[in-house]
Amino acid sequence: MIELHNVHKAFGSNRVLRGVNLTIPSATSLVIIGGSGTGKSVALKCILGLVRPDSGTITLDGQDVTRGDRDAFLARFGMLFQGGALFDSLPVWQNVAFRLLRGSLKRPLSEAREIAIEKLRRVGLKPDVADKFPAELSGGMQKRVGLARAIAAEPEIIFFDEPTTGLDPIMAGVINDLIREIVTEMGATAMTITHDMTSVRAIADNVAMLHDGVIKWTGPVSEMDHSGDPYLDQFIHGRAEGPIEAVR
Amino acid sequence: MNLILGFLASIGRTVLAGLASMGRITLFASDTLSHLARPPFYWREFLHALVQIGWLSLPVVGMTALFTGGALALQIYAGGARFNAETVVPSIVAIGLTRELGPVLGGLMVAARVASSIAAEIGTMKVTEQIDALTTLSTNPMKYLTLPRVLAATLAVPVLVGVGDVLGIMGGFLVGIGRLDFGAATYLHNTIDFLETWDVVSGLIKGAAFGFIVALMGCYYGMNSGRGAQGVGRATKSAVVAASVLILASNYLLTELFFAS
Repeated sequence: MIELHNVHKAFGSNRVLRGVNLTIPSATSLVIIGGSGTGKSVALKCILGLVRPDSGTITLDGQDVTRGDRDAFLARFGMLFQGGALFDSLPVWQNVAFRLLRGSLKRPLSEAREIAIEKLRRVGLKPDVADKFPAELSGGMQKRVGLARAIAAEPEIIFFDEPTTGLDPIMAGVINDLIREIVTEMGATAMTITHDMTSVRAIADNVAMLHDGVIKWTGPVSEMDHSGDPYLDQFIHGRAEGPIEAVR
Repeated sequence: MNLILGFLASIGRTVLAGLASMGRITLFASDTLSHLARPPFYWREFLHALVQIGWLSLPVVGMTALFTGGALALQIYAGGARFNAETVVPSIVAIGLTRELGPVLGGLMVAARVASSIAAEIGTMKVTEQIDALTTLSTNPMKYLTLPRVLAATLAVPVLVGVGDVLGIMGGFLVGIGRLDFGAATYLHNTIDFLETWDVVSGLIKGAAFGFIVALMGCYYGMNSGRGAQGVGRATKSAVVAASVLILASNYLLTELFFAS
């Protein structure tokens, strides 16, 4: 279980997180929604330790994430970045198998390649993509390679930062199904950031709405449509009028 | 009065910013070197950096040395002729190149080629979240990106300087026998007789220091690159400027040190 308690983070005078409280039970899928620039990615990076919170605590299974063996901690995570964040200098299969080619999870080269090709197939990519370089792929394909990399080492916890942005509706559906499958089959804990309400309904067990640096609403996805929260209502229905200002 | 205070305050701010910057670079350097003692070491990255920094810089460093050696021979001949000391051309070319021009010009050429390329590469990796991705994949970016490059440059640049010394002396030799009517045997004899081991070694030590500076500046500014194309562009420019200035400043300090000893 991941717990954020009163997490604050500011960049200069810009106070991005202003006391975030959030609980993500194990083997569930939480989707964080909210307008652009509301700190969703920052919250996610705080959990991973990529950004250090100014105050507050973040725990994983009761342990403070800032203490203990960092490598062991990170080995439990997989992450799909917004832009894919693939390594330009490595072919696709080495990107996917990056974790399997070094460190504590190191496997023989041929086995790592096999796993990479299998993961690529799982995200809808053919084996011939394996030897290409990221620059030779379309944006959508890069995203899927990023997803394959995130799941390659079968982590316990996977973060998805806008997994369907830039994908066509059919491929977005494939990725949504895959994320759902990972949670149910692998028993992984998933935390996803998205603006795509179709994805929210397909992926989420629980939904959290982040606005003005705090969680405005959180609850099961089934209760999202009749929450009575004006912020959530405006967001899920995409209305220009409401408490959330269009110009931020 | 306010004008004077404002002026003094601006000097103070600049000095403080400079000191803070030096402090950050020193911490970055010590963090980089601390990874030498802690496994794993990424040999593949190191060998790749060795090829990129060493082998691929050879043409530009070699050409620079060759032409500099030729020009130096002409200049020394012109100056030496004023007091009938034309015969010193071979020895002054050799000493000037090995002790000073070889390492400094080689270092500056590597700074232009390598510091910019490292800063642009790592800066782009930063803005496209590849550095964050490395961390989430349990790989320390300092260990994976910085240490192999810094180590490769520290080892490769002295070799480049050594090759540059030979080519520079060859440039002087070609001009000496082709243009200044030296006999080939006399030229070589005068070069070897007056050249001491320390002349070459001191230049190689400078080369190692300059290599360290070049890669460190490239990595430091790349890792601290701002957002977007403009941020990467600024990081690249800063890396080259800082590396060049530090090469010239450390060249003076090392020369002073060698001179004193």
